[in-house]
Amino acid sequence: MNLNLDFAAILERWPAFLDGAVLTLQLAFIATVLGTVIGVLGAIGRRSSHPVVARICGIYVEAIRNTPLLVQIFLVYFGLASLGLKFSAFTVAAAALTINVGAYTTEIIRAGFDAIPRGQIEAAEGLALSRAQIYWHVVMLPAIEKVYPSLTSQFVLLMLASSVTSQISAEELTAVANYIQSDTYRAFETYILVAIVYIILSLVMRAGFWLLGLVIFPRRRRLGTPL
Amino acid sequence: MGGSLNANHLMFLGYGALWTIGLSLIGLLGGGIAGFIVALCRISPSRIVRLLSAGYVQLIQGTPLLVIMFLTYFGLPALGVTVSPLMAAGASLTIFVSAYLGEIWRGCFESVPKPQWEAAEGLALSRSQRMMKVILPQAIRIATPPTVGFMVQIIKNTSLASVVGFVELARSGQIINNSLFEPFLIYTIIAVIYFALCYPLSRFSHRLEMRGGPARIELEAA
Repeated sequence: MNLNLDFAAILERWPAFLDGAVLTLQLAFIATVLGTVIGVLGAIGRRSSHPVVARICGIYVEAIRNTPLLVQIFLVYFGLASLGLKFSAFTVAAAALTINVGAYTTEIIRAGFDAIPRGQIEAAEGLALSRAQIYWHVVMLPAIEKVYPSLTSQFVLLMLASSVTSQISAEELTAVANYIQSDTYRAFETYILVAIVYIILSLVMRAGFWLLGLVIFPRRRRLGTPL
Repeated sequence: MGGSLNANHLMFLGYGALWTIGLSLIGLLGGGIAGFIVALCRISPSRIVRLLSAGYVQLIQGTPLLVIMFLTYFGLPALGVTVSPLMAAGASLTIFVSAYLGEIWRGCFESVPKPQWEAAEGLALSRSQRMMKVILPQAIRIATPPTVGFMVQIIKNTSLASVVGFVELARSGQIINNSLFEPFLIYTIIAVIYFALCYPLSRFSHRLEMRGGPARIELEAA
């Protein structure tokens, strides 16, 4: 076994890696924001008193959570194409990741809703808060604060999973790595380096979410304890 | 283009599905053994072992499985080690599963109530006796629902073995699609097969969780 590693040849390609990392973060950011919106709507839908709405949201969650992301990406990619719609690989990747993570956030936020004691809502009704006020202040915000740690780990997992979109030639980090290794024949060094970049990205995301948590949940900051 | 979907194609998909199941079992078995060791290291009395195993978990959980697959399949041959797609996929899944199951099981070990550890120590049981006779039987009951739930993740993640050319369900779908070019139909069938494999496990895991594990029921009866 001739061990002959040359990281320098790979490191000098750093601008390409940087571009890939930026694209990976963009994908993660879009899917996180849109996925949170879907998650909130989906969780409201799952608890809807309208059985059809609740059923549709339930089917969405189960269908996504029980099939691989790779197959979902192919379905969105080729499905849109067969409808005659042409989108860039980036758009398709962002759409597929959003649909995917939306199902997971729906389930997490629903668990948060379920954890709000009935008495809190009754107390809010007793204080003559409007329905919208109750939903926002008594159900939504405390629920999201409760499940914030699970939500953020889901989003970090999503960022890692975005590597799969390299299979439909979205030019994110893994696709860049595939290109560079086929160009330099230094597969081992390339993928080690990319793994390190992913680890850094996930640490950066975790730190970012922690800071964001301090900003949007002032109670946590003041008391130093979760709800 | 290349004709229509026929029984041969479905046979081929069935064969791919069998490999998906086989690869999942390899991942569960290999990752389960390695994950058990990881979990034991995470609660080891030695600080250095705890730190090293925590570092391992952080490294693997911060890396996409896809990159681990590429690293074993394309990276190892560059070092002079030849690997087949099956070996690369099996090894990658084992590494990946070991980090996640190790972390899940560590939580299960730690949620065995502390007095149980102390009582076992008070009975002068050795460390291995405490583990085997007192902690493990209780931890296994706590661990069953999340482990069954994680099996769904394993099955879904075997689809990534397709990128190193291992012909499991997703790859056999791609191959058929290359000749028929009916992507929407074929990937829908593939998705349905994955769903049929995963959904019963999801339900089962959920049911186990709702029951709160057999341990609690027996405790109430006693």
